[in-house]
Amino acid sequence: MAHRAIREADAKRLLSRSLKAQGFFKEYLRSIGVDASTDLETLPRSYPWLAGGHLVVKPDMLFGKRGKKNMVQLDISWTDAKKFLKANIGKKEKVDGKEGKLDHWIVEPFVPHKEEFYLSIRASNGSDTLMFSPMGGINIESNKDSVKTMEVPVGEGFDVETLKEKLLVGVKDKVLKEHLADFIMHVNKFFVDYDLVSLEMNPFTYTQEKTLRPLDLRVVLDDTAAFQQQANWGKDFSFPEAFGTVKGKEEQYIAELDAKTGASLKLKILNPEGRIWTMVAGGGASVIYADTIADLGHADEMANYGEYSGNPNREMTREYARTILEAMTRNPDKKGRPKILLIGGGVANFTDVAKTFDGIIDAIREYKTAIQKSKVKIFVRRGGPNYKEGLRMMRNLGEELKIPIEVYGPETHMTYIVRKALEQ
Amino acid sequence: MATKKTSSAKLFSDKTQSIIYGVQTAAIQRMLDFDFVVRRSTPSVVAVVDKTSTGYHKVFFGEKEILLPIYRTIEGAAKKHPEADVLINFASFRQAYVTSMEALQQPSIRTVAIIAEGVPERSARMLRKRALELGKWIIGPATVGGLRAGAFKIGNSGGTIENIIDSKLHRPGSVGFVSKSGGMSNEMFNVIAQNTNGIVEGIAIGGDRFAGSTLIEHLLRFEKDSEIKMMVVLGEVGGTEEYRIADAIKEGRIKKPVVAWVTGTCSEYMPKDLQFGHAGALAEGENETAKAKNKALRDAGAIVPDSFDDYDVKIRETYEALVKKGTIKPAEEPPIPNLPMTYAEARKAHQVRKPANIVCTISNDSGDELTYLGTQISKIIRENYTLGDIIGMLWLRKRLPEWATQFIEKVLIITADHGPCVSGAHNAIVAARAGRDLVSSLASGILTVGPRFGGAIDGAAKHFKAGWENDMKPEVFVEDLNSKGIKIPGIGHLVKSAQNPDMRVELLKKLAKKSFPATECLNFALKVEKVTLQKRNNLILNVDGCIGILMVDLLLGCGFSNEEINTIIDNGTLNGLFLLGRSIGMIGHILDQKRQKSGLYRHPYDDVLFLDDIAEY
Repeated sequence: MAHRAIREADAKRLLSRSLKAQGFFKEYLRSIGVDASTDLETLPRSYPWLAGGHLVVKPDMLFGKRGKKNMVQLDISWTDAKKFLKANIGKKEKVDGKEGKLDHWIVEPFVPHKEEFYLSIRASNGSDTLMFSPMGGINIESNKDSVKTMEVPVGEGFDVETLKEKLLVGVKDKVLKEHLADFIMHVNKFFVDYDLVSLEMNPFTYTQEKTLRPLDLRVVLDDTAAFQQQANWGKDFSFPEAFGTVKGKEEQYIAELDAKTGASLKLKILNPEGRIWTMVAGGGASVIYADTIADLGHADEMANYGEYSGNPNREMTREYARTILEAMTRNPDKKGRPKILLIGGGVANFTDVAKTFDGIIDAIREYKTAIQKSKVKIFVRRGGPNYKEGLRMMRNLGEELKIPIEVYGPETHMTYIVRKALEQ
Repeated sequence: MATKKTSSAKLFSDKTQSIIYGVQTAAIQRMLDFDFVVRRSTPSVVAVVDKTSTGYHKVFFGEKEILLPIYRTIEGAAKKHPEADVLINFASFRQAYVTSMEALQQPSIRTVAIIAEGVPERSARMLRKRALELGKWIIGPATVGGLRAGAFKIGNSGGTIENIIDSKLHRPGSVGFVSKSGGMSNEMFNVIAQNTNGIVEGIAIGGDRFAGSTLIEHLLRFEKDSEIKMMVVLGEVGGTEEYRIADAIKEGRIKKPVVAWVTGTCSEYMPKDLQFGHAGALAEGENETAKAKNKALRDAGAIVPDSFDDYDVKIRETYEALVKKGTIKPAEEPPIPNLPMTYAEARKAHQVRKPANIVCTISNDSGDELTYLGTQISKIIRENYTLGDIIGMLWLRKRLPEWATQFIEKVLIITADHGPCVSGAHNAIVAARAGRDLVSSLASGILTVGPRFGGAIDGAAKHFKAGWENDMKPEVFVEDLNSKGIKIPGIGHLVKSAQNPDMRVELLKKLAKKSFPATECLNFALKVEKVTLQKRNNLILNVDGCIGILMVDLLLGCGFSNEEINTIIDNGTLNGLFLLGRSIGMIGHILDQKRQKSGLYRHPYDDVLFLDDIAEY
């Protein structure tokens, strides 16, 4: 993983932390993340401004366009907010075609405003791209012409005059222009200092107190920077899954195994009734196997996506293989057709192929009866150190258990087994 | 971003030399093995950098061993080895940025390969920017590297020597290959070798979103490289870099045939946010999908298969067309020198045997679990083996019966200490108070163990066993030793006497009488004691003598042969019991002094008689 979005409440806290450290904000933005574990009754003790009412309540689940979806409660009292939250935390909802639970919400003061500005910063290869529009808000996409862009080469600063000239050319009010320039300079420093890869403030506004406030904020972090961001990021946030992502039993188990080992074990069940299952070594090769199944017109039969790499030990590969075999043999194909297991991979660099097969062979032995019952056909293709021994072991296993196992080495094109299997 | 690179098209030749950051024993050896197989005249590695070590790293270059100097800094290594223009950086993701920056600053370094995965994106982008400013190259991060066939290989690229030969990487072919994925590079070398005459150069730029050098930059380099006649690219879902390739083909900056495939066509059937194997493999927009990028490449004139499945066919067709046109003239295969096996490899392949220098018959830690005399340590703990059992197994190579192991343990307890005044404890105390550590103080005490202190056990066992064996009359036995001028070992005590017996001796005798099957040697010794007591009342059987003699009875009772017992005694085994037991006490005295923080011991003047005015010798 690398790019990870965080919740709006967390993003606002990180922004506040940075802007306060820079001396730009006097205090943190007023915004509270609320979930089922929050004690709503005692909350006003920590946040006295709640009692003043005039609140906004929005779901904080990484998806956007909440206004357009009519999911935002505007200018309500704390009593109403509390009532609403109690009724809606954990509510099931279908959003953008995905069903999930609305279990995280954000509560903020309602900010009466006229202007809505748009700001985004995005990392690209050589530079950070800043975009600004004085016509932000839910209709930004129809105001594309108003968006001004400025490229800041990575590692370089820029002066405030350049910023005004390039980004704020459309802002006529001189005082506002100064304010905006100052604000954007500080937000950009937050972007750089906190290892962000993208930030979007749509909209942010000018309050009656003449301060700039983000109304919505979306932040994506580079999670590989975690080791150097411990002080900035703190421990009080997590990287949430996208809305509606529910890990199945098998996926959960493999994710737990993955976390335990230095090797990599990944599993996503796409269609538990699918006929074609894969168990592929390596991140690059695993994508190619999935591609080929789709390219040959069998995407709808693809049951899973996953990969194992980084030299998992025998126990880990055994558990990985058991999990897949368990899932794929749970129910035989409804039409009585054979199921297919592709044990694939490219030519390994230094992994001992025979050794990684040990665990897989243990699992196949254990699931012999289930494999026969579900009429599973196994296709193997692999190269690399000690591959001849590995392939021989697989061939012998097939003969011993009376299970159809076809075995190929590096002299056969990597995805040949996909075509061969699909002929079944 | 426009490329400002001024360096020549070829980053590597068969003269290229490199510095390795990190003592990567296996990777370095693999590079040198490649060197040997491709018949390089000089090794491709000249130095190693490691923050914590200095000295030399020893490696094989063919059959010979050579030394690679180890430096603490990249700057130090680069200054001493200006001939090396490549730095291969094996630093961790935490250190990759600082070390790569340092490498880029060295005037002699032109290319930096960064192996680490998980380098923060901003760091990677800064490195790339610096490299561009300096007209240098970065390969990586998150890559195995790449290689130039028959010339130079980065670290672990290309896999084992067998694979290098199978994939024709030991001599140049005609294809320039570049991919994001390092893991797929070996597979692609294999695909290319099976369908063409092999690669000239293959580079994996790394799976991160922001690589230090890009696919297009390497392709433009390949375009200028006269050895390369066609190019193969393996791109990946995520990012927009493949459009730069399409542009370059359209604009005529790339004229050589390009066979391209962008992986990740399955992404439209997958959950939108599913992250594939690599950090960069996530489409953040419609134009970043594999489908869109494959189409753009195809439209621009690249040769793009319908699927990875016929990638090989497209590569072959392109190659064969070039052969037909005469652009590529397949060359004769060069002979491949046989890489000498290392001893470890040869052993694994059952190709070699060698007499061992050391034979061990008591314990084994080379398997899954430590064993003592063939018994697993887990069984020893589970079944409550005693210290006496372990001494039997490790000293005498025998499981001893319970009566024997109990006796041995009693001997250890009885000999454990004898107060602070005996020579061993005294020496240990003096050394401890001089501020020496535990080991030195104990050694100081142990070094007093010898014929006059504690060391009489072996001697007593030997002489009394001989007397008993030969059925000597006790009087004759005493006379015989006297006439030879030998003080009878095990007889006599400075303090104890017949009227004031040594309790330890009484205890041991009692225990042996009760539990041993027979105590014949002791019975003989007691008769001898009667004779010696007639001479003086302190000529009693002392504790050393008693232990030695009873150990003879013990060994006899345990079924050791006469011959075996003689060997056991001659080897000093029985003195070992005193040594082991007394070490417990000496350690106690040392710790006792240290606990009290006792100062330096100095012997009092009034305890020394000074006679320095007597005549000289």
